[in-house]
Amino acid sequence: MGAQLRVYRQKIKSTQSMGKLFKAMELIATSRISKARTRVKASLPHANAITRAVSAVASQTEIDHPLTTEPEQIRRAAVLILTSDRGLAGAYSTSVIKKAEQLNELLREEGKEVRSYLVGNKAQQYYQFRNREFERSWLGNTDAPEFETAQDIGRTLLADFTKDYEDGGVDEIHVVYMSFQTMVLQVPTVIRLLPLEVVEEEAASASDLLPLYEFEPETEQVLDALLPRYIESRIFAALLQAAASELAARQKAMKSASDNADDLVKKFTRLANTARQAEITQELSEIVAGADSLSAS
Amino acid sequence: MAELEVEIVAADHFVWSGAATLVRARTGDGEIGVMPGHSPVLAVLAPGDLAIVPVDGDRMTVTVDGGFFSVDSNRVVIVADNAKVTDGSASASSAGTR
Repeated sequence: MGAQLRVYRQKIKSTQSMGKLFKAMELIATSRISKARTRVKASLPHANAITRAVSAVASQTEIDHPLTTEPEQIRRAAVLILTSDRGLAGAYSTSVIKKAEQLNELLREEGKEVRSYLVGNKAQQYYQFRNREFERSWLGNTDAPEFETAQDIGRTLLADFTKDYEDGGVDEIHVVYMSFQTMVLQVPTVIRLLPLEVVEEEAASASDLLPLYEFEPETEQVLDALLPRYIESRIFAALLQAAASELAARQKAMKSASDNADDLVKKFTRLANTARQAEITQELSEIVAGADSLSAS
Repeated sequence: MAELEVEIVAADHFVWSGAATLVRARTGDGEIGVMPGHSPVLAVLAPGDLAIVPVDGDRMTVTVDGGFFSVDSNRVVIVADNAKVTDGSASASSAGTR
């Protein structure tokens, strides 16, 4: 066998096995997406109920709660960045990190000190490679987040938020994550978690208007209990969306990778055929030439 | 007679919803019973059991480990970190725990 032909055959073989790998990853991502989307949906009633209650409290009461009042001067901001643990998801982590960098830039321009909190191995690698400091990172299960993780993140952020600036506390909290719009569209998004900025969809009908609540036991205690839950629920929602986006991005990346592998296999097969044919032609012409020279002598 | 529209949600899943005539819950201060026509309340739940009397079906018990609940215009929303129907009719709606 000719050397060229052997090289092509090797390439075909390795491309084929890579193609199988990509295909498998694509199928795994596809099967997990629907589950991730179901979880996003399942968390909605809780998030909506909490948001409604928080908006009711925040809009009605004139109490000074540290969590609802905006500090007169914001000197330090916390940025929570949600990325994936593993790669092979196209530009997923990169675009979230890029968005976060833009935010950091903006915050620094406003004269704020930025402190980073990372979720996912990719963000940690990014920071470690550049020798940058980060406050804390959470690794593991970025494609199937647990509520406990959200609680842990929420507690850590709140603990830093309630500290004074002098003691190393932060004055505001931002979250950067990939929001899941559709299977083909995911948008890197920034939300400000604290001080409170009630976003969510607002009332469409009269029944959605907020009632005048009585508080049990005391307004402050209700707020104390409510706000950590609100933060946790927002973080959990962001984690779930990020997971769905990660899987969708991975599926898309793996789909085009396996398509490319197929194309390459086709190309190499053609080249291998040409090489084989050229070899045969050469052998034939050598035989004919040899016979000619024999009969001529 | 009016009835209460009850919804119980946990952090990562929906637990139960349906019509009820009475909801009894435990708050930090003590027990509170909610019947149709109750004034709007937003209260913190203490860990423990909730009792719900659905319009049809048996009285049911839901175990929660903290959370809060709100009552307004006959709508009761119970938001718990974790909630589980421990006893009673689970058939009224999907009773789900993971």
